Amino acid sequence: MTVKVDDPAISLSATRRRTSLRPLLGWLARRAEPVVITLGGIFAGLALFSLFLLTLGKSPLVLYQLMYTGGFGSWFSVQNSLSRAAPLLLTALCVALPARLGLVIIGGEGAVVLGGVAAAAIALPLVGTAPVLIVLVLMAVAGFVVGGIWISLAGLLRHYRGVNETISSLLLAYIAIALMNQFVEGPLRDPASLNKPSTKPLPAGYMLGNIPGMEVHWGLVIGIVACILSWVLIEMTSFGFAARIAGGNVRAAQIQGLPVGKLIGGLTAIAGGFAGLAGMVEVAAVQGSANASLAAGYGYTGILVAFLARHNPLAIIPVAFFLGGIAAAGGLIQRRMGLPDATVLVLQGTLFIVILFCETFYGRFRIFNPDLWDTGDFKMGEA
Amino acid sequence: MTKLLSMNRRNFLQTSAAGALAGLAPGLVANRAFAQAALTVGFIYVGPKDDYGYNQAHAEGAAALKAMAGVTVVEEENVPETVDVQKTMESMINLDGAKLIFPTSFGYFDPHMLAMAAKYPDIQFRHCGGLWQKDKHPTNTGSYFGYIFQGQYLNGITAAYTTKSKKIGFVAAKPIPQVLQNINAFLLGARSVDPAITCQVIFTGEWSLAVKEAEATNALVDQGADVITCHVDSPKVVVQTAAGRGAFVCGYHANQSPLAAEKYLTGAEWAWGNVYSTFIKEAQAGQALPNFVRGGLKDGFVKMSALGPGVSDTARKAFEATKAQMMAGGFSVFKGPLKDNKGKQVIDGGKAYAEDAIELESMDYLVEGVVGSTA
Repeated sequence: MTVKVDDPAISLSATRRRTSLRPLLGWLARRAEPVVITLGGIFAGLALFSLFLLTLGKSPLVLYQLMYTGGFGSWFSVQNSLSRAAPLLLTALCVALPARLGLVIIGGEGAVVLGGVAAAAIALPLVGTAPVLIVLVLMAVAGFVVGGIWISLAGLLRHYRGVNETISSLLLAYIAIALMNQFVEGPLRDPASLNKPSTKPLPAGYMLGNIPGMEVHWGLVIGIVACILSWVLIEMTSFGFAARIAGGNVRAAQIQGLPVGKLIGGLTAIAGGFAGLAGMVEVAAVQGSANASLAAGYGYTGILVAFLARHNPLAIIPVAFFLGGIAAAGGLIQRRMGLPDATVLVLQGTLFIVILFCETFYGRFRIFNPDLWDTGDFKMGEA
Repeated sequence: MTKLLSMNRRNFLQTSAAGALAGLAPGLVANRAFAQAALTVGFIYVGPKDDYGYNQAHAEGAAALKAMAGVTVVEEENVPETVDVQKTMESMINLDGAKLIFPTSFGYFDPHMLAMAAKYPDIQFRHCGGLWQKDKHPTNTGSYFGYIFQGQYLNGITAAYTTKSKKIGFVAAKPIPQVLQNINAFLLGARSVDPAITCQVIFTGEWSLAVKEAEATNALVDQGADVITCHVDSPKVVVQTAAGRGAFVCGYHANQSPLAAEKYLTGAEWAWGNVYSTFIKEAQAGQALPNFVRGGLKDGFVKMSALGPGVSDTARKAFEATKAQMMAGGFSVFKGPLKDNKGKQVIDGGKAYAEDAIELESMDYLVEGVVGSTA
């Protein structure tokens, strides 16, 4: 049998063999885009912040070295950063999930405090009668449900009444804090908590302890699992797919017959549930009771984390660790350099603005887009 | 411009060099050796160090230590009452070599300071507030606090001589015993001069909530109050708002006279510098630190701001006379017969509580003459 040289099958396989690395490179290139642009943004932000430090007459080198020492330079520092990152994982999801639907929810703080109060409230009558695991699970469920109801209020008001969800979620957070104060200073108050009104403390045996071998509580694991589950939900399920369509174009989604109201209600409820769970973890792993310390700003820092992670649930994990590290190092920077706490806020703000600005670079570099590698007419800026 | 730049560059080089030295691990050896002689003390504040209030009062106390030989002070501000403060304490112990830590916010005690005290039994912790109990809390922890309601009583005396409307006002954070003591003492001080005076109180619900503090102050002035004081973490907003509306003010926590020179009568201030330097001297002398210390005006835990230009001579005399009685000891701010503002007798006739009376620590009422409600 003679082989024809111009047999299309043979020439095709030859091409395939020649370019067998291309699919892998292309896959890598697409995945590299957000990583490279975000890292570039971080470095640009740090460079800008260095200028700010120089105007104060302080050395950026010392500061960055302290940031490394305080946030990441030793096992102690890493655990310090992880502890601070744990609640941010959950509160960032409260922003990131609705963002995939095109909603900007900034009132996660409200779900955190009410989730904490609900968890403490459900635990009180059960302590001493029910097994520890049951109490903790019920606390988590209570925190999740109450946080979910709270944030879904903002989502449903948006869908059914046209109320701006950003404003309503923020205002709901103020109401939530007022409600928490009302409960903690009123019906749920432990009479022994004279000058710091709190619910009755959980006995030590009912507390969520530390992860074995670490000095970081179980909230970290809960947060990481929640991030992974959220990623699966958004990227691999039809629910997530529908949510992304609705986030891209509500009208198109409605014309396709997607239940937009249910999607919004469901996803904001899950998002709020995670923030409520963060409140439960604060009570069960840190505070031991619900009190005003629950309103520590985790809900607000979560906004920063979610935006820096571009609302990607998996990216939340490294970003929360990074911000936890900055917070951990912030103390050392105050103590060693004599700078006020506001310095760290300036750094966070600078990074936030620069990274948001870097959004405009997406699609502008052909190296990240394998479809354009062979086209000669591609010009920068024509994505 | 070039000068400025070169200055910056020089600073930059100096600080970089220092940083490089500190960064090199061998520095640790020197640090260890140094630790034998120097005592590193950590201060943790819940708000900013320059808040003209609670945190500034502590930071001024810490600043007093910086002048002492053999003491290194490390400070951290804006530390929330969460796992953050636990990690801050650990960071001070592990990275700075702190041997004595003053977590100054009330909410740092339980569970945060207690957890760290159990983990680091060789480190001493002293907490601002009266929470420490023998046999219940670790011996490397303790409490210190002051009877600052004495200062609010004296504030009330100057207020009484200054008010024309016979209405004075109080902006309060939360209806908890420490705050109620101050409100009641302010009114009782004023009524010791003129029993017709009433005090309107507004609770904001939060320790630090500038907008509500301004609203409350404006509401008090609108209702006719012409002397205002407060108990919130930072009195800055209350003092500036009240003075801006033409009312007189009495300060709290720290000295706010720079904010309202003409309108500032006097103020009840903490004198933490005394308390902290006593602790340090005891530590340096190798003595065991006390676990529970409290004091008032005469013990130097509390002081009064210098009297302002709005205080009349008669007021000054009455103020000095009562202050002298307090300094001598035995003066009771809370004595019977005393009714609360619902008409219930809360202290029987003939009974007089000293400032350290246990009954005062669970105060849950507003006295007759205070307009407002605890719930």
